[in-house]
Amino acid sequence: MNPEPSAVDTVIDAVSAVFMVVGAVMSLGAAIGLLRFPDLMSRMHAATKPQVLGLFLLLASVGLQLRTWWVWPALFVAWIFQVLTVPVSAHMVGRAGYRTKHLHRELLTTDELEAVVQKAADKKTADGRAAGGQEPDERAAHDGPADDGASA
Amino acid sequence: MNRRRISIRQELPLLVWLVFVWGALWQDFSAGNLLFGALIAVVVARLFYLPPVELGGRFSIVRAVPFAIVFLGKVVAASFQVLYLAVARGPKVTNAVVAVQLRSHSDLMVTATGHVISLIPGSLVVEVDRSTSTLYIHGLNVRSGEDIVNLRKEVRDAEAALIRIMGTREELAALKQEVGA
Repeated sequence: MNPEPSAVDTVIDAVSAVFMVVGAVMSLGAAIGLLRFPDLMSRMHAATKPQVLGLFLLLASVGLQLRTWWVWPALFVAWIFQVLTVPVSAHMVGRAGYRTKHLHRELLTTDELEAVVQKAADKKTADGRAAGGQEPDERAAHDGPADDGASA
Repeated sequence: MNRRRISIRQELPLLVWLVFVWGALWQDFSAGNLLFGALIAVVVARLFYLPPVELGGRFSIVRAVPFAIVFLGKVVAASFQVLYLAVARGPKVTNAVVAVQLRSHSDLMVTATGHVISLIPGSLVVEVDRSTSTLYIHGLNVRSGEDIVNLRKEVRDAEAALIRIMGTREELAALKQEVGA
């Protein structure tokens, strides 16, 4: 720590202060979203986006404050793994949530997946004994799922 | 173990990434440490052999850098949008599940597109149909048919950008033809 902060130090301090506050607000936004959104999948939106940005801003301010470039690769790796894993976990939760009907249908303006899942489920019960051997979405694929153009 | 081996050239991006992670975790990028990291990376890649990621064989850094900047901008926009919706609309928000047919059939492309659109405004992948490479996307705050068209266009645009960065030559040619037509 220098006894007399230079102009550069002031700028870095200011930038990291802004980053920290905005990052904290983003994390707060994620929490508000989790509380206020009506169903599981809209909550997953809240859990993915502001959270990733909030972490990015907080890591950036840590990097700015530590003033050593050695820490940047570690922070970069931490953030990249977050970016890689968050959409996957959100997808898995969303997928399970959709199939176990944890959603409010009346809040959906369009649902182009319902027919496909329904078809797969019907096929599965019709086939009876073969059920469980194959993934339902693979079955849906063979039936040819909702045509993109026609359903618009 | 009769799984298909891939050439060292195809495996190189993975090895470079593993060495980078090694260096980052030790916070030491000296030659000796990197060399030891490379040794461990090769051993790990041989012992814990996963199905190879089939890269497109090309990577355009000229297109990747602007894309990364735009992507970061969109993450910021998405975060503020979700924050606004959470505070202003909350329980009254309306959504939609939309099917989007992608151009590419490569696993890498479908995965990358899914990741990108999960982090940009208002979309989340609910279901992937691998055989037809169709993504089923949950859109936040979709109120009309126009919003659905916009959402679909956004996803297709994200895929087009990714194809320009690291798609195979065939995918790139098909894309050029499509845009030109």
